[in-house]
Amino acid sequence: MSVMVRNNVRITGRPDGRPMVFAHGFGCDQNMWRLVAPAFEDDHRVVLFDYVGSGDSDLSAYSPERYSSLQGYAQDILDICAELDLTDAVFVGHSVSAMIGALAATREPARFGALVMVGPSPRYIDDEGYVGGFTAADIEELLESLDSNYLGWSGAMAPVIMGNPERPELGAELTNSFCRTDPDIAKRFATVTFMSDNRADLSRVPVRCLILQCSEDVIAPVEVGTFVHKHIPGSELVLMRATGHCPNLSAPEETVSAIRAFL
Amino acid sequence: MRAVEDDFEELYEHAPCGYLSTLPDGTIVRVNRTLLELTGYDPGELTGGMRIQNLLAVGDRIFYETHFAPLLAMQSVVREIAVDVRRADGTRLPVLLNAVMRDDPGVIRFCVFAATDRREYERELLRARQHAERSEAEARELARTLQRSFIPPALPEIPGLQVAGAFRPAGRGDQVGGDFYDMYETVDGWELALGDVCGKGVEAAVVTSLARYTLRAAAIREPSPSAVLSALNRTLLSERAGRFLTAVYGQLAPAGHHFRLTVCLAGHPHPLRARGDAVGEIGRPGNVLGLLPRVRLTDVDVDLAPGDAVLFYTDGVVEGRRDEELYGEERLRRLLGASRAMGAAGIAEAVVNEAVAFQSGLPRDDIAVVVLKIPA
Repeated sequence: MSVMVRNNVRITGRPDGRPMVFAHGFGCDQNMWRLVAPAFEDDHRVVLFDYVGSGDSDLSAYSPERYSSLQGYAQDILDICAELDLTDAVFVGHSVSAMIGALAATREPARFGALVMVGPSPRYIDDEGYVGGFTAADIEELLESLDSNYLGWSGAMAPVIMGNPERPELGAELTNSFCRTDPDIAKRFATVTFMSDNRADLSRVPVRCLILQCSEDVIAPVEVGTFVHKHIPGSELVLMRATGHCPNLSAPEETVSAIRAFL
Repeated sequence: MRAVEDDFEELYEHAPCGYLSTLPDGTIVRVNRTLLELTGYDPGELTGGMRIQNLLAVGDRIFYETHFAPLLAMQSVVREIAVDVRRADGTRLPVLLNAVMRDDPGVIRFCVFAATDRREYERELLRARQHAERSEAEARELARTLQRSFIPPALPEIPGLQVAGAFRPAGRGDQVGGDFYDMYETVDGWELALGDVCGKGVEAAVVTSLARYTLRAAAIREPSPSAVLSALNRTLLSERAGRFLTAVYGQLAPAGHHFRLTVCLAGHPHPLRARGDAVGEIGRPGNVLGLLPRVRLTDVDVDLAPGDAVLFYTDGVVEGRRDEELYGEERLRRLLGASRAMGAAGIAEAVVNEAVAFQSGLPRDDIAVVVLKIPA
């Protein structure tokens, strides 16, 4: 199985441009970047992909062992970098992918020239002297929430998503897979994501780093963004006007210009 | 006269579901009476800058941010999301949310359906589903464990002769089939059996176990392969096994650097012997076991010389299909001819691999092979 198919890798932009890899977070897939990535196609070689277990990746390539830690996901990125022979790439990671990118860059620094972290969190659960925003019980509740939407997602939900009277142009090709995941894999990914603790990895990040922090982000609050900024040497922190956890969808222009200014 | 139904304000405020409108960032700007009644908040309490995310239980809030909000941004519409709303008194109200995002003015409109009973019912379904998945996993494990008992954990070591067995269950291996093989030492040498019980499932498994142990017992008192297989035939009938089986049975005795193989077939595909460039069938056809009280079975003596390889196999190898195409004995002969220089284990592995690959990795029937090889 080729990595290109396994991770549903899509390449656009200038073939001779600086590589720019966009990585989605927990929940959805590479479509999260559809309003941001095209802005970089004129001067970059834009690489989009789905982690194994998400979007249109090859679900049969999923193994609970390999993906039992964020390192398994980092390996997906390194596999793609090796397949495309990328060096000096700009890595843009949303949510948990910010930390996955940091792990990948630490393992193979030559592949990466810059890291853009959108809504990063090195640890979601509160700890002594650390505010992550959640308790362990909250995460249990998230897993239940995934269960509650389990029945709907597997069967009834798909046709509802397919027929989209509000924006018919979106069609089936997009709505088919967007945010739809095997419930079992989704729960495992959620567990790996929200139980992770990568605080100790921050100081080792070997590349230039931009942190994009939204206001009123319940997943990654401002305290967390500040923590990340403080612990990654030489990192830049931009507080965005955008609210919520997905500025790539809710405020694509602000996201694009912040990344441009950094590059 | 003005009908009440025509009063849109009245319809909005007292609709049979809660209505809630927010700005694109989730800030609640308007709610209807029904929503206040469902949640127990005072008028104004929700629209004083509170966001819908804060109205949700924490786990659901993460789900909202990672699934609901992106879906809404992408599609402008999301339906039937199950979450819990936090009431004013701290209790939770299971609801189903539908939402529509309007660009002009920028507003998200939510319908909030109380769904306490529905949610409880869905939880029951979910528990039933999880229970079913656990049972299925147990059944699969049981099938695998049972299946493992159809072949010996290791084959005997025979001086001057390599032996190897390989087994691949049908499909994903979650159903127990009827292929088996066995090999053991006796007073005069070594004996081997390889067979295929008709059918699948528990009943076939019972007969497979019966066959394997009956053969071992018969090997002690019966002098020849045909006598051993006849004894198995009698047992299958007297035990009313209800299923027939095909088998090949062999006795091996060393003769200098050669071996003498006495082989008997009962409705089973001929074993193949590779000698030099030639690959040929050995044994003579005989009756299937477990159907008739009298069976015609013939013992045939075969000489095995250094360099010879013999392949015993079940029909799962040759009857594998790719679309309409049958794998067939001819392909198997060619493979044995081409791989005869390998050791017994290599040949067994090559046969199973090719048979499985021919069926795109998911064989429709069990595959069992035993290979004998006298090193050159």
